Amino acid sequence: MAAAPGTAASAAGGAASPAGAAVPAVIRTSGLTKRFRGGQLAVDGLDLTVPGGSVFGFLGPNGSGKTTTIRMLMGLIAPTSGAASVLGSPMPQSVSAVLPRVGALIEGPALYGFLSGRDNLVRFDAADPTADPRTRSRRVAEALDRVGLAAAAGKKARAYSLGMKQRLGLASALLRPRELLVLDEPTNGLDPQGMREIRALVREVAAEGTTVFLSSHLLDEIEQVCTHAAVMSRGRLVVQGTVAELAAGARGRLVVRTPDAAEAVRVLAAHGVADLRTTGDRVDGETPAEAAADPDALLPKLCAALVEAGVRVRSFGTERGSLEDAFVALTGEGFDVAG
Amino acid sequence: MSQAEAATAAVPAPVPRGPRPRTVPGVLALFRSELSITFRRLRTLALLAILAALPVLIGVVVKVETGGSGGGGGPAFIAQVTQNGLFLVFTSLAVTLPVFLPMAVGVVAGDAVAGEAASGTLRYLLVAPAGRTRLLAAKFCAALAFCAAATLTVALAALATGAALFPLGRVTLLSGESVPFGEALLRALLIAGVVALSLAGLAALGLFVSTLTGSGIAAMATTVGLVITVQILDGIPQLHAVQPWLFPHYWLSFADLLRQPMYLDDVLRNLGLQGLYTAVFGAAAWARFTARDIAA
Repeated sequence: MAAAPGTAASAAGGAASPAGAAVPAVIRTSGLTKRFRGGQLAVDGLDLTVPGGSVFGFLGPNGSGKTTTIRMLMGLIAPTSGAASVLGSPMPQSVSAVLPRVGALIEGPALYGFLSGRDNLVRFDAADPTADPRTRSRRVAEALDRVGLAAAAGKKARAYSLGMKQRLGLASALLRPRELLVLDEPTNGLDPQGMREIRALVREVAAEGTTVFLSSHLLDEIEQVCTHAAVMSRGRLVVQGTVAELAAGARGRLVVRTPDAAEAVRVLAAHGVADLRTTGDRVDGETPAEAAADPDALLPKLCAALVEAGVRVRSFGTERGSLEDAFVALTGEGFDVAG
Repeated sequence: MSQAEAATAAVPAPVPRGPRPRTVPGVLALFRSELSITFRRLRTLALLAILAALPVLIGVVVKVETGGSGGGGGPAFIAQVTQNGLFLVFTSLAVTLPVFLPMAVGVVAGDAVAGEAASGTLRYLLVAPAGRTRLLAAKFCAALAFCAAATLTVALAALATGAALFPLGRVTLLSGESVPFGEALLRALLIAGVVALSLAGLAALGLFVSTLTGSGIAAMATTVGLVITVQILDGIPQLHAVQPWLFPHYWLSFADLLRQPMYLDDVLRNLGLQGLYTAVFGAAAWARFTARDIAA
């Protein structure tokens, strides 16, 4: 993907460097493929690179292979072919060395209904042989507090709502400081307030230097919290890059409002603006490729040309493309469940 | 945007990098956790309650029906119970060992891995990461602990019932000698230990079945079904060539410990057979579990 330094730097924020290449990859896969026993190809030749320090959105419709990829990265299932590395070590061979440094929420929470929320966390923490039993109760209390479950900690997990279960799952991923947090659809089942809290939590964790790998089928969620994103469709990687690059790939449109629409169209067409459309006093067209790379060079010239030609310009500007536009442009399909 | 600013304004404590060492208490924690989770399940407690009720039932029936000597019918040692309450321990173990104890062990061992796979907690244990070999070892230890707890439950309930309903005192062994009550009690403890170990092979078998499926119910039913099938095979005379290799074949040999001197041949064969089953099915469970895709 061609770099767009100006926009990428502003979006990448925090510790992540805009270039991306200087930061070692936290997750890297090459040709990662999973064919299930039924013959169904769930993941097909995936080449994914998640830079350290990023909040990486892993986007795709339900059934596009996101969860299968995450299961392979976490060593739960073995790839049919290809290789994956997490935190610099090959998976699934290095599961015991790598996973204590990784917190994960995979395909929804799973809990022991007959245990309290607190005892569920104690159980999952006891499963990690590198976790210190002496600090266990303190870490469990902190994790519960962090996801807002401190008050319900003593309640049996079977009495939890889906949102509370989701929070408890997040708490188990946050039992220890993690270098990588893998969150598969973390806002499923949460109300809008809960979603906002989880997003705030993700930003907070990322600010501590944790790389966050976040899968979602909600475009605006990715757009709100992620610095980088990859799009999956039918088991294949469609595109990956910074969110700014991807949105730029959606080719923002140039919008001019003027009573002299016909004249404006003529001038803009002469300056290389394609796909011009007129709706009442609004003229919009595809921003030329050079404008995306260097908006200061071309756009003022266009504006000046319009004014020189006597077009009464009421407003002149660009509308940035959204990730959703990018997705539709890239896949040529709506955001529905993949068959 | 204000949320993001608030979050970054808090001084972030940097996350430590690099490998984290495993510690001995950390490794053992899963074994303790497994024990606690096994004995906190309502199902486990219900099974133990049923096992505790059986000796009481037998004791009461024997007490009520005394006098009408049915001519030596019924389970082993039942005729001696009225003379000495301690024999209720042996009777109860002889009654529960062929059916109730293996069913309880089959439920617990069969559900061990499959139940966690069905509920999805297995994936969180594995990404913790519990380690597949360590998790299986912890599950087997917990299953063995349940074998011991189940056997002790039967023995203690029988001892309490026997003491309440029948006289205690010097015990006449099967070979005719009379030994003090204290020594007989020690033998009862030894027998309980042997009975518990008799179930080890089944626990390993149940654990293996448990790694084959993602359904706890299916694994439990299969294990209990296997117990019943093997018991039937063990009773068909035409199959005498294979019967010494069936895991319940020497189960009732514990009675040989009530002779003076103790007759150990079959007891040792039983323990050896249990060791063999544990090794074979433990290895099979390990091979299966460490190679399996956890897709639930």
